[in-house]
Amino acid sequence: MKTFSVWLYQHRRGRLALLLTAPMLWLVVAYLGSLATMLVSAFWSVDTFTGKLVKQLTFNNFSLLFTNHVYRDIALRSIVVALLVTVIDVLLALPIALFLAKVLPIRFRNFAVVLIVLPLWSSYLVKTYAWRTMFSNSGVLAWALKPLGITPPSYGLLATTLTLAYLWLPYMILPIYAGLERIPDSLLEASGDLGASAGKTYRNIVMPILYPAVIAGSIFTFSLSLGDYIVVKIVGGKTQLFANVIYDNIGTAGNLPFAAAAAIFPIVTVLGYLFFVRRSGALENF
Amino acid sequence: MIALRSKRTISIVSAISAALLLLAGCSSSAKNDASTAAPSVPKVAMADAVGAGEGALNIVIWAGYAENGSSDKAVDWVTPFEKATGCKVNAKVGNTSDEMVTLMKSGEYDGVSASGDATLRLIYGGDVAPVNTSLVPNYSTVSDFLKDKPWNSVAGQMYGIPHGWGANVLAYNPAKVTTPPTSWGAVFDPASPYKGAITAYDSPIYIADAALYLMKTQPDLAITDPYSLDEKQFNAAVDLLKAQKLIVGEYWSDYTKAVQSFESGNTVMGTSWQVIANLINGDKKVAVESIVPSEGATGWSDTWMISAKAKHPNCMYKWMDHIISPTANAQVAEWFGEAPSQTLSCAETSDKSFCDTYHATDAMYASQIHYWTTPTTACLDGRGNICKDYAAWTQAWTAIKG
Amino acid sequence: MHLSKSARYVLALLTSITLLFIYVPLLVVVINSFNPSKTFSWPPSSLSTLWWSKAFHNEGVISALMTSIKAGVGASVIALLLGSGLAFAVARYEFFGKETISLLVVLPIALPGIITGIALNSAFRIILQPFGVGLGLFTVIIGHATFCIVIVYNNLLARLRRVGSTLEEASGDLGADTWQTFRYVTFPTIRSSLVAGALLAFALSFDEIVVTTFTSGAEIETLPQWIFNNLFRPNQAPIVNVVAAVLIIGFALPVWLSQRLSQGAPAGGRI
Repeated sequence: MKTFSVWLYQHRRGRLALLLTAPMLWLVVAYLGSLATMLVSAFWSVDTFTGKLVKQLTFNNFSLLFTNHVYRDIALRSIVVALLVTVIDVLLALPIALFLAKVLPIRFRNFAVVLIVLPLWSSYLVKTYAWRTMFSNSGVLAWALKPLGITPPSYGLLATTLTLAYLWLPYMILPIYAGLERIPDSLLEASGDLGASAGKTYRNIVMPILYPAVIAGSIFTFSLSLGDYIVVKIVGGKTQLFANVIYDNIGTAGNLPFAAAAAIFPIVTVLGYLFFVRRSGALENF
Repeated sequence: MIALRSKRTISIVSAISAALLLLAGCSSSAKNDASTAAPSVPKVAMADAVGAGEGALNIVIWAGYAENGSSDKAVDWVTPFEKATGCKVNAKVGNTSDEMVTLMKSGEYDGVSASGDATLRLIYGGDVAPVNTSLVPNYSTVSDFLKDKPWNSVAGQMYGIPHGWGANVLAYNPAKVTTPPTSWGAVFDPASPYKGAITAYDSPIYIADAALYLMKTQPDLAITDPYSLDEKQFNAAVDLLKAQKLIVGEYWSDYTKAVQSFESGNTVMGTSWQVIANLINGDKKVAVESIVPSEGATGWSDTWMISAKAKHPNCMYKWMDHIISPTANAQVAEWFGEAPSQTLSCAETSDKSFCDTYHATDAMYASQIHYWTTPTTACLDGRGNICKDYAAWTQAWTAIKG
Repeated sequence: MHLSKSARYVLALLTSITLLFIYVPLLVVVINSFNPSKTFSWPPSSLSTLWWSKAFHNEGVISALMTSIKAGVGASVIALLLGSGLAFAVARYEFFGKETISLLVVLPIALPGIITGIALNSAFRIILQPFGVGLGLFTVIIGHATFCIVIVYNNLLARLRRVGSTLEEASGDLGADTWQTFRYVTFPTIRSSLVAGALLAFALSFDEIVVTTFTSGAEIETLPQWIFNNLFRPNQAPIVNVVAAVLIIGFALPVWLSQRLSQGAPAGGRI
């Protein structure tokens, strides 16, 4: 133990190797390796009758995905839903994060944050079913909005979007709150004292911190929405999203090659998004 | 800088895809003749004796097929089985036939209660073993019209034990639907007054329901079997379902959703199962009627099959015998709302008219139901290799839902 | 920040509305746990504790809870080891490819769970099954650990960057070896962020369903899987509401604790 410890002290590279080997093996070999295994099967097919993999190179899965406009429609719809969810969450999260970080007295903050985090740990499925209850024709929303003469949306795309926005909201509030909390009040005051207008203070001090925080939150809201197939089944009525195409092919029809080919769409979308936002430093922000 | 970065990204992506292609192509020489020859049944060994139980049993079931008293204390045919055999039952609910096939292919389960649209896929996939019916004493008194059928046997060899059967009924809420429907046309009428409150089953196999309706209403399409559809017939059924989507409120595939939808008033009419109607009526929030319309109905005939890789084969044989024993088969049939396969069950049901209600021993009635069957390119009605297979049905279903 | 009085009131109002939005559905869950209907259809016709007493006598839920705890602990421990290794490497060393690590580590959680699930599933089948290792608790732990690494990594990295390495250098200059420096200098400063990271990793694993579905096999059932399976059995569905209500209350303490512990970690690192 002692000699090893001494050796480590003397060998900086040795220390680094010790730290990096296991996690890199795990993430690169195990995780990226599995992803590659899956992607290879996108070029295979499945015997439709027996359900066995036919390991012959084919582009049929891709040509079907690209030629049938249904898949393009579903892909577009999924992106729109994921973006809408993100926008709704940003709009809801900004005021509440600002209130917590800059208005609420410090001694209440912990409690308030717990209030926001808590719903995350009650079951996701149960919350979704609660929304099913809320949106039903005899549900809470119909009952509450009736006196106002408003008919709430029934099961469908809107209900799906709202439910997803609800589920992922805490993931947006937390990074924004953490970002805002990091700006000392004195800094803002100094900026004002030095003659900066409110707009300038906002642009030069608040924005650089807020931007990566919002991006960090949006990674969750966007990609979690893009990958969800359960919510839309429960409150989506007769609509479907792209994750359903993947799930229906693998989870129910057992067609791994087609599912793998379809999976390339969210992978490319999310990767593109991550590359796009990497410069903001947001990836280390949540 | 951005341009540079994206250029690099593109080159990385293309390098990766090239590597993937190479990998995928490597094994292409393996087998070439798989799809051309007529499918043959893989040889899987059949048990010749049943020994002591292995202590556990993992099965894939339709919801309600393995009740252990946790739903209702009085509804329990698993605990007696566990006590008698020492096999601890671990049941996994499959929501659709497709899901069941996928679960069985994992090789993790000992057996499955498969419907006719799953059985052949499992048999030809080599995922299930033939069943030695002489090791299942209760098999002898199973209704004869369920034995050696195309969906549960190949060349006279049984691949499972018949469990029970039933029809997909048309359920409606008489408080809302004032003129009782008599035809499936009620759920396909584009001008339906119940637009937005119609429900349909969320599975490719539902295309057969549309085909059955067309079979009776459009004779010029010459459909003889709703599971054997050529290009023209198939497109007609798909078009009918695309038009139906406009009046559908939601599709259902699990029955909690179906029950809630009727109870909240979101749905007033649609295809359903007897068990769903029973649950709704048991809850007493709304009342529903369920009928078999004039066109007849699609339906299921379920079969207990044993996995080719069963880790607990003795327990599975014991289970297959238990589930068609007169008492257990009567219990499961009453709970689920289907006709029992065991003829002696009719004396054991708590409702003595149960078997009459479900036409359990009525071979004529049973023959009018078009049981779920896996569609294959080889038409089941013998017209040759011109029919749409299940993969085409699956993709069409995605297109129907849009 | 100079917020006018009216701005503060508007913020307070918006906050209350959002909190209402967050808590009304949870209230529905709690009320529904007293709904005697077999499918918890709304509104409840009466209130009863029927499902509560049934839930407490349900063996399935207890064993599912135990499975989830085992999976969560296993995944957190692995995530703790791997995530802190990475965080130390990135915070204290220079090496080739360092800037891609933040991307790599976030990938398992940023890619939709269904993709991680399918990928791991097919890999397990190809690599593990020939050795006779089937899907089970072990594979669930591997799956969960993969997306939990980022939680520990980000929490710890933020802390390491904030405290800097001057203390460790001083310790080394004063003659302490690597182990002593870690034991007496580094560890005390990072302990709380490790605990917070582990707790959050545990919580994330605890509610995960999609990756679990694809990595669990037949023999085990985690709590979310139990909930999923029982939601689709009408006669069991109401018990699920009871379990959810208990979970909300049961989680309040650990969440509050992790919040206390991670306090002061400026980069948030809460999720």
